[in-house]
Amino acid sequence: MWEAIEIGLSGLAVGARNLALPNMIMMGVGFLLLYLGIKKGFEPLLLVPIGFGAFLVNLPLSGLMEEEGIFRILFNTGIGNELFPLLIFIGIGAMTDFGPLLENPKILLLGAAGQFGIFMTLALALVFGFSKLEAAAIGIIGACDGPTAIYVTSKYAPHLLAAVSVAAYSYMSLVPIIQPPIIRLLTTRKEKIIKMGAVRPTVSKRTKLLFPIIVTLIGGLVAPRGIPLIGMICLGNFIKEAGVVSRLAKASENEIANIVTLFLGLTIGATMQGQTFLRSQTLIIFGLGFVAICIDTAAGIMFGKIMKVLSRGRINPMIGAAGISAFPMSARVVQVQGQRYNPQNYLLMHAMGANTGGQIGSVMAAAVMLSIIEGMGII
Amino acid sequence: MDNVTYGLTMTVLGMGGTLVSLWIISLAMNVLKKFFPYRTEEKGKKGEGNVGSH
Repeated sequence: MWEAIEIGLSGLAVGARNLALPNMIMMGVGFLLLYLGIKKGFEPLLLVPIGFGAFLVNLPLSGLMEEEGIFRILFNTGIGNELFPLLIFIGIGAMTDFGPLLENPKILLLGAAGQFGIFMTLALALVFGFSKLEAAAIGIIGACDGPTAIYVTSKYAPHLLAAVSVAAYSYMSLVPIIQPPIIRLLTTRKEKIIKMGAVRPTVSKRTKLLFPIIVTLIGGLVAPRGIPLIGMICLGNFIKEAGVVSRLAKASENEIANIVTLFLGLTIGATMQGQTFLRSQTLIIFGLGFVAICIDTAAGIMFGKIMKVLSRGRINPMIGAAGISAFPMSARVVQVQGQRYNPQNYLLMHAMGANTGGQIGSVMAAAVMLSIIEGMGII
Repeated sequence: MDNVTYGLTMTVLGMGGTLVSLWIISLAMNVLKKFFPYRTEEKGKKGEGNVGSH
């Protein structure tokens, strides 16, 4: 009898007995992500499921990531074959209004400058000893775009998926902290107070409707390997602008985006198992990701300065910082900085234009990268 | 291909390719705005209204 009780008790204690230090650390990281999402409001839609996923998967003997575990099934269904990021892109396209960008098309070039960090970081990752495909996956953190980072990494370096995706989403959520010092450092007081005229609606419905088709056509011809990425974001936007399929548009930006975000977040969190995540390589990836976002911001501002000169002082270079994909946080950062130095200055809509340009730019940069890599015969 | 060549090629072609693609898209956006100006659409809407009122 006593023996049976002893065996039964040992069964109850097996979880606690298998709790290792790496799992405890990663549970702490999970709780930190939950804190940042809930208390600080940093990307809660993503950080909450990622944090909870990281907590669950690090509970000993949970079996969630084993062959028949629910997280493994979700991973194989949506991450291993790049389905989830592509579905999210339909939602992003349906949520995005490219109107402010179409008002001033040359602002799209700021969205290109904001991708400089991707390629510089790729080169840096090679210096740190990463392989060519791993370097491409790390560089894509500079897109500041979670779904793009997941898409490229799951294709080229699936073993780095946890580190790259967590870095991408973390830095996206930390844009309001990372960007302001760089903006202040790289712009003069005279530049900071440049007022930009009000954005008036001058774009026809037909232009808005044809825009996603044109982007898909040009993007698809220049970088065919990126058609899934470009095509899905443009499909979502086309559905929204068509105006005759409001149910599909609403489903894309609500139900589809929300369900896939939940599954994507949980699955990314599930890849943060202590034994595989806690490596020096992860820290290097986080460091390189930080460098990528800083370079993106700096390059956007410097390109903004060039555009300021070419426009005879009518463009405030600070909006260049919004040429990344972190929408709309980056545009809000620029607005706050603009108002700080000139309370009469309303840069928000111009920054929104640059920010949506950054969304197109990040997808295009990833598409170009995929096509060059394939062209080089590396894959 | 060695890492230096790969890194340089990716940086130059990647950044160049992205910039040129977006520049072409921005040109196409300008063309679209020229072909389908906002004013024309407004006139069109007014016209539809008139037809309806008759």
